Amino acid sequence: MSEVKKIATRDSYGNSLAELGREHENLIVLDADLAGATKTGIFQKEFPDRHWDCGIAECNMTGIAAGLSTCGKVPFISSFAMFAAGRNYEQVRNSIGYPHLNVKIGATHAGISVGEDGATHQCLEDMALMREIPGMVVINPSDDVEAKAAVKAAYEHEGPVYLRFGRLAVPVINDNPDYRFEIGKGITLREGRDVTIFATGLEVSYAVDAANLLAADGIDAEVINIHTIKPLDEELVTASAAKTGKVVTVEEHFIAGGLGSAVAEVLCEKAPTKLLRIGVNDCFGESGPANELIHKYELDAEGIYKKVKAFCG
Amino acid sequence: MTNLELQKTANAVRKSIVTAVYSAKSGHPGGSLSAADIFTWLYFEEMHIDPKNPKLEDRDRFVLSKGHVAPGLYSVLAERGFFPKEDLTTLRHTGSYLQGHPDMKHIPGVDMSGGSLGQGLSAAVGMAAAGKFDNKDYRVYALTGDGEIQEGQIWEAAMWAGHRKLDNLVVIVDNNNLQIDGEIDKVCSPYPIDKKFEAFNFHTIVIDGNDFDQIRAAFKEARETKGQPTAIIAKTIKGKGVSFMENQAGWHGKAPGDEEYRIAMEELEKAGEALCQK
Repeated sequence: MSEVKKIATRDSYGNSLAELGREHENLIVLDADLAGATKTGIFQKEFPDRHWDCGIAECNMTGIAAGLSTCGKVPFISSFAMFAAGRNYEQVRNSIGYPHLNVKIGATHAGISVGEDGATHQCLEDMALMREIPGMVVINPSDDVEAKAAVKAAYEHEGPVYLRFGRLAVPVINDNPDYRFEIGKGITLREGRDVTIFATGLEVSYAVDAANLLAADGIDAEVINIHTIKPLDEELVTASAAKTGKVVTVEEHFIAGGLGSAVAEVLCEKAPTKLLRIGVNDCFGESGPANELIHKYELDAEGIYKKVKAFCG
Repeated sequence: MTNLELQKTANAVRKSIVTAVYSAKSGHPGGSLSAADIFTWLYFEEMHIDPKNPKLEDRDRFVLSKGHVAPGLYSVLAERGFFPKEDLTTLRHTGSYLQGHPDMKHIPGVDMSGGSLGQGLSAAVGMAAAGKFDNKDYRVYALTGDGEIQEGQIWEAAMWAGHRKLDNLVVIVDNNNLQIDGEIDKVCSPYPIDKKFEAFNFHTIVIDGNDFDQIRAAFKEARETKGQPTAIIAKTIKGKGVSFMENQAGWHGKAPGDEEYRIAMEELEKAGEALCQK
């Protein structure tokens, strides 16, 4: 088996910012003392005067970005998801969301795959928080290709966008000529008849692997990559649910408030379907190597396979 | 404008404030009245703005960080011609564009939405930084409350503004010494305010914020200050101009009733007439 290329989406974020920075002079990157970790340092190296370190003061960074955007700049604020969405929630809501300002939020180190830093830094509720803000777009890309496309699309989109990136290197799965990213449009990666697995972020790759395991057991799973949590691709969700009659959601996030909730809301109203939500269920994370945690919390291919098999049984 | 003209204008702004809050049956007259002279100075003398073109690219910017005194801002904007004065009586009414706190999306002349205390100064700092980055001459003004500076984000913003030497930024602290729960130094003292801003690398000026000679001199000094932002600590009287509201924390966020409105307007009318006699 050939070696699968793995890249953390935080690297994609930094690289994509640098690329966009060459084209767009109004792009300003703000960071809060984490330029090395969020990878905005890549942009900083090339455009030092357009990379503003705000120090360890995320709320102020968010307000600065709001002010900048009223003066024609397109600021990308960068921090860990815990702070970008968590500590900053009310600043994002009132200073960016309410006036619908053109600010992009690059949140890295999302989910339990932060690893050893443990629960205080493993944000599992950021998509829930951001999805509630009117007019906010929430994107959770699955790999390097998608993350870069998402950053570009976020720049081009007029209005606030929340981008969720990871620390852990993940397989590149979208490296094909047919790949096309569009905000709010899910991508069917595998067609199936028995069950639909809607996955997001780094779980997409595990979901594809799980579908292959399920196939060996005679379960034909459809796998759909939902990179945009908001606006959700309701048409695709309801169509696939109607086709397979069973729906599973998989996310590295609390099962409450994120993809699972978003899909449940749509299905309950428009196409009631038997549903299983896979994610972290009402508990904090813990310290440990990222891959071990993903296994422990049954968010790897094996965990998904077991749960979907039981669900289909 | 002469001081007398400014005083007359400020008196008209005060009448609008009282009328708007009376019409809304809620809102914040105390801090609007204390800052009425500062508002008047900013919109009639200090700032480069155009009521006909509120989005003028190189205009000076104003951020009302203490957004609850929206009646003060709206009254001065209307007085300056950004929108009709008669609209002020729709303040806080369902369907009115004059929201309880400033809404930049719908109110001509409002440069930033706000009202959640502590956040506005950061936006002003962002605007000032954008101006510096683009080598523009516009200046940015932010008005905070003295209670508001209990919020930690104010000091995050001040630290960065001082660090970046944003001399196109002026922070005005409306130091009326009262917040909802009482005197600020009894609730949680932010004093000494000037020394705090100094420590954050601001040039500081302490004035009587209801005295146009001192206001004029302070903003001139701010304009001449290079290499650091300026903080003007404006000592004011909460409720200024309406005798029964003056220095009363209870008038922070309460509308006058019919009789109170009549008395307040009578006082302001008399004050206006007295100014006309000068």
